Amino acid sequence: MPEYFKDFWRRFFDSDIWWSFKSSPLVVVASIVTFIMIFSSVFATYVAPFNPFDLAQFDLMDNLKPPVWMEDGTSKFLLGTDDQGRDVLSTILYGSRVSLLVGFLSVIFAMIIGIVVGLVAGYSGGWVDAVLMRIADVQLSFPAILIALLVDGIVRGILPKGSHDELAVYVLIVAIALSFWVQYARTVRSSTMVERTKEYVQAAQVIGLPQPLILLRHILPNVMGPVLVIATIQLALAVITEATLSFLGVGVPPTSPSLGTLIRVGNDYLFSGEWWITVFPGLALVILVLAVNILGDWLRDALNPKLR
Amino acid sequence: MTLLKIEGMRVEFPSRRGSVVAAKDVNLELASGEILGIVGESGAGKSTIANAVLDLLDPPGIMPKGKVFLEGERIDGLSLEQMRKIRGKRIGMIFQDPLTSLNPLQTIQEQLVETITTHLPMNNKQALERSIEMLEKVGIPEPAIRIKHYPHQFSGGMRQRVVIALSLCAEPDVILADEPTTALDVSIQAQILDLMRKLVKETGVGMIIITHDMGVISDVCDRVMVMYRGDVVEIGPTRKILGNPDHPYTRSLISAVPRPDKRLHRFPLVEYIEEAGVPYKPIDIKTHWLGQARDFDKPKSDHLISIKNLEMRFLTVDSVFKSKRKYLRAVDDVSFDIREGEVFGLVGESGSGKSTVARLICGIYKPFGGQVIFDGTDLTALGSRRVANHYRRQMQMIFQDPFSSLNGRMRVGDIVAEPIKFHKLASSNAEVKSIVNDLLDHVGLGAIAAKKFPHEFSGGQRQRISIARALATRPRFLICDEPTSALDVSIQAQVLNLLKDLQEELSLTMLFISHDLPVIRQVCDRVAVMRDGKLVEVADTEDLFEAPQTDYSRHLLELMPRLEGLSGAG
Repeated sequence: MPEYFKDFWRRFFDSDIWWSFKSSPLVVVASIVTFIMIFSSVFATYVAPFNPFDLAQFDLMDNLKPPVWMEDGTSKFLLGTDDQGRDVLSTILYGSRVSLLVGFLSVIFAMIIGIVVGLVAGYSGGWVDAVLMRIADVQLSFPAILIALLVDGIVRGILPKGSHDELAVYVLIVAIALSFWVQYARTVRSSTMVERTKEYVQAAQVIGLPQPLILLRHILPNVMGPVLVIATIQLALAVITEATLSFLGVGVPPTSPSLGTLIRVGNDYLFSGEWWITVFPGLALVILVLAVNILGDWLRDALNPKLR
Repeated sequence: MTLLKIEGMRVEFPSRRGSVVAAKDVNLELASGEILGIVGESGAGKSTIANAVLDLLDPPGIMPKGKVFLEGERIDGLSLEQMRKIRGKRIGMIFQDPLTSLNPLQTIQEQLVETITTHLPMNNKQALERSIEMLEKVGIPEPAIRIKHYPHQFSGGMRQRVVIALSLCAEPDVILADEPTTALDVSIQAQILDLMRKLVKETGVGMIIITHDMGVISDVCDRVMVMYRGDVVEIGPTRKILGNPDHPYTRSLISAVPRPDKRLHRFPLVEYIEEAGVPYKPIDIKTHWLGQARDFDKPKSDHLISIKNLEMRFLTVDSVFKSKRKYLRAVDDVSFDIREGEVFGLVGESGSGKSTVARLICGIYKPFGGQVIFDGTDLTALGSRRVANHYRRQMQMIFQDPFSSLNGRMRVGDIVAEPIKFHKLASSNAEVKSIVNDLLDHVGLGAIAAKKFPHEFSGGQRQRISIARALATRPRFLICDEPTSALDVSIQAQVLNLLKDLQEELSLTMLFISHDLPVIRQVCDRVAVMRDGKLVEVADTEDLFEAPQTDYSRHLLELMPRLEGLSGAG
């Protein structure tokens, strides 16, 4: 349907959102940075100069080389090498791939739990609402890291020893999701309570639609706006939480490092003068989080008709 | 003496898509002791004039041209500080919503005393005395005690009295009242209008009343200014404008006002206002989709709907113990019958339980007690959802608020198609589509509307979409819950005409709920009057209007604006 798409793009370029996007240079820069980081980490195999996991590609002799602009630096390793002779730039690209994977999947997972709980609680009200929201309150009183540590500990206890490293990424995703769903649930619940009383919902009831259909087809699309905004902010938070957990040593194993693991590994060399091993992954993390946060903030304002 | 004079005022709202001109070339003069009405439909620029006078235009509004004089002294373009001294002190304001124009965290006394000491050279004690005096003047009983109360302890009408006292207490020369009675019930509206008229005559202030309601204009205004999309269409004495208007817009507007004194078959002359879209064309019910396979049983009696001892309570104070729980009796022992093919009106003030009755009938609420008998079947006793849906399909509802009754995330075509698909009334998607287009055509929107989203339509057009959605189940019983109270009068006339055409064509039975007696008179065959959840009187419409049997009905009818000297258009 090219006609339909043409119409869509015409409307898109005419919309207030596109206009507010265009008129803020900070947001344009942030979105370009986000795009470059996501693109280069997804296609790291093609973009990165080396594959840091291919033993044939690095040499222990190249270890602890400084970045290119320093004495001893070579143009072969733009941002220097780590203790095993791996190219820091390549490890960052491969590392942010893991970080983003964990970030996106945990946010989607948390979003699904949160939306379901929020819709059910907000629409049914009464004791269902009370029970679900008390669970959410209990959840809120634990810091995210504690929950992640708890999940990680339980999984370590249950699973056989060898399999943990393979599953580490997924354990991390579940752990982060379990500590992040409350925000979605609360937001969705309060919007649902507002939408539930509106007349279009009553009209659907008069038509005879069953409750699940009313929830999915009528209420859900109307409560999604704030959810998407929270998601962008949570994405940055999830990446940081993953980095924190990996830094603490309960996240992904050093063999498939994420940004957090890289920072932890490099941390050991910080005081012996090889600062680049930890600073560059850290910088990449800061830039990624900042860019995504700016986008999230902008989206929140752009979607709020009162602030337009 | 001329108090307020506006010369050549123009107000614009610049935006990135060009400037919107909200008012152009407005000229008016207001004398002391005079009430000037500004009337027009939403978006006509009435409120803009008042806001521009006080330099209170919402950003990005500007006044590029025009002069404003207050007692001969120019007040446009004053500094913020100078303007602040004029607002409240020399020009008072009364806003539409008495619920939000008082600070809920301060007592009435604090708010009055603060206003008085700001504007008049008085100490707190004198200000308090004056406050009590003002409250007495606006008719608040036991002012010395009531002044210590917070706004929520007053009813809507009492609160609007307090707002009036607040606007009068600094002895202003001019009062601007923006829709002062729109949020109030008819009975309270009448009292407030009387009060305003009395105060204007006593104190000699000049008052501008901005309203969309011809009844208010005819009740209190000396002169009227009619506005249409930013233009001043006509200005003159009330009697002249209402009785013998010059401009075709004014004529069309007046003909759209429901007449309280006689029943017309249709509202004439309403095409001037909104592009009518697709002209209404009658359909042959025998061949049309709407008439096909209605699979309704032959009526078992001549009463399609019988309400028996219906009762509804809302929990107000919860408790573990049953005996300690407190309820609000929203509907209390209500019984009436609706005959096949008639339009049955339900009238009452806000909070009388009329909307609750509608929601009980169509199953949005479960009744606390009593029966709803639809065509011989007690709907409250139905167990299974499948059986209930059989009846739900036959009764549909049109809601009051056109802005919240349509799901903003769905295309209009999908909104109308949903009931058809859910009840499997068409065999293929292509058939659904053609039925939807046909329905949209029939309510006067045209098939192109199907691809658009609800926010692209005006209030009246959205109400047409609601009607199309209700018709999509091929109902035999239609509940209209204040279907036009959120609309301008001319749009209201169009929508009522449409409902009437459909009702006659499809021989629908209708329950028509309204607080507006003239509308009831134009639309309904029989009427039930409700008060505080109880049924007061059921009568044929003409009997009720000509010879009401109960005191309350008589009282309601007396409060109805008379619209004397209305032009005989139509």
